[in-house]
Amino acid sequence: MSDTVGADVPVVDYLVLGDGDPHLVATACSDCGALWFGRRSGCGRCGSREFRPQRLATTGTVRTFTIVARAPKGVPAPYVSAVVDLEGGGHVKATVVGVEADPSRIELGMPVRLTTFEAGRDDNGTTAVAFGFEPTS
Amino acid sequence: MGNIWVVGASMTKFGRYPDKDLVDLGTEAGFAALADAGVGMRDMQVMAVGNLGEASLMVGQRIQKHLGQTGIPVYNVSNACATGATAVRSVVTSIKAGEADMGLAIGVEQMGKAGMLGAAGKGRGERTEFEPRGRYGAVMGTEGILGTSMMPGVFAQAGMEYARLNDGVGFEQFAKVAEKNHAHSTLNPLAQYRKQFSLDEVMQAEMISYPNTLLMCCPTGDGAAAIVLCDDARLAKLDPDVARRAVKMSASILTSDPWSETDDVNPDVNTLTRLAADQAYEAAGVGPTDLDLVELHDCFATAELIHYDNLRLCEPGGAGDFIDARKPWRDGTTPVNVSGGLISKGHPLGATGAAGVFEVTTQLRGEAGDRQLEGARVGMAHVIGLGSACCIHILEKRA
Repeated sequence: MSDTVGADVPVVDYLVLGDGDPHLVATACSDCGALWFGRRSGCGRCGSREFRPQRLATTGTVRTFTIVARAPKGVPAPYVSAVVDLEGGGHVKATVVGVEADPSRIELGMPVRLTTFEAGRDDNGTTAVAFGFEPTS
Repeated sequence: MGNIWVVGASMTKFGRYPDKDLVDLGTEAGFAALADAGVGMRDMQVMAVGNLGEASLMVGQRIQKHLGQTGIPVYNVSNACATGATAVRSVVTSIKAGEADMGLAIGVEQMGKAGMLGAAGKGRGERTEFEPRGRYGAVMGTEGILGTSMMPGVFAQAGMEYARLNDGVGFEQFAKVAEKNHAHSTLNPLAQYRKQFSLDEVMQAEMISYPNTLLMCCPTGDGAAAIVLCDDARLAKLDPDVARRAVKMSASILTSDPWSETDDVNPDVNTLTRLAADQAYEAAGVGPTDLDLVELHDCFATAELIHYDNLRLCEPGGAGDFIDARKPWRDGTTPVNVSGGLISKGHPLGATGAAGVFEVTTQLRGEAGDRQLEGARVGMAHVIGLGSACCIHILEKRA
């Protein structure tokens, strides 16, 4: 086995596990401030080609959600998928954890905070760490 | 600028055709539309064929080899669920450009029982070694880990966003949309399903992605539709019985998604629809209250409800009241999806946009049989292709 046994990797590169508490980093347009995830060649909003990383808040509110009851093979269901409006700007889609997947338990506009969980482990023993959001109250 | 006319229209019954392929289906619809217009392939100067499943495999030319290889330009069109409508518009723009005076558009799809669609439809645990891949450096499939990107969930989230902003919109209002479209489909012999369900049955059906139950999701399926279009001069030379049935295309609009704050996270199907609707009303010189019928993109019940507002069919924020008051039912003020819509007529992806133009044309001609709306003079056909494309056609009965 390789020497990465026990190591943690983020499930996507806009989740940062080091540099303090786990948080998300957006690719922000240097000219208009539009926020994106992932590498960018240009800004769809203003046409700029300059970007800078921007750390996003770990708290926000549920903008919209669905409860996925039928999922592809291998994906446990039901689960709550939501778009979260982050405090201070930025939006992200994520799974809401720490709450029953029942429409009566999820409120639109509900305050949530970022948390992390283990999404899987590969044959080398490397753990993929994902982010989700949990209700703050 | 002169007028564009729909002079031929056809669609196959939507459903499942395990013994046919998409060339069979597209050819059948093409021949039927040509016969409807009283013309042949030698009268066509352009052809556009919309298909998604075999988009790289020259479906247009494969169909043309059965309809007639006359050497005309053929466009193979792919624009997600707006594919068929974009094919229609490709013929319209060729005629407007003066390159053709008459052309044929076909939309065709063979999906079989494809199951749920979505770009991120991969399950977990398929890789045994985590290596960052793709634009977001994902080390594994993220469906179910970072929320959902499957179509029932994407459109559920679009609907629930509208519910957050507007009181009186919830599960029941979304379910009423499906109750209506299933009821409408019982009158349409071309629909994939023709079964009526009570509101309670719609709400109690298997939950797919809240608030969309199974009966609030369109099925996958097979089918084709075809449209023949021409300009004023060509119309004047057609058989008077064909010309008399011609329907004027007073707007043919295509938009893509302008930047909006959340479009990158969960596709925004509102902004580009509003843009297309405004452009279409402007081009046609009509308003929402002039519409005698609307065929709109109800891939899921949540989608139809928000498009009442996007297409300005209801008061701003009033889509819940609109369905509660039964205004989009066939006996309401603005009948929506009298064909049964995608939810029950079916949604063979590449065919859908052309089928919407077929339905509006057939209604305006007064040839819709049991589902005919009395005195229909102006209609709209709307589709959305996620990613995104919005295509709107406004059609008017010949004065």
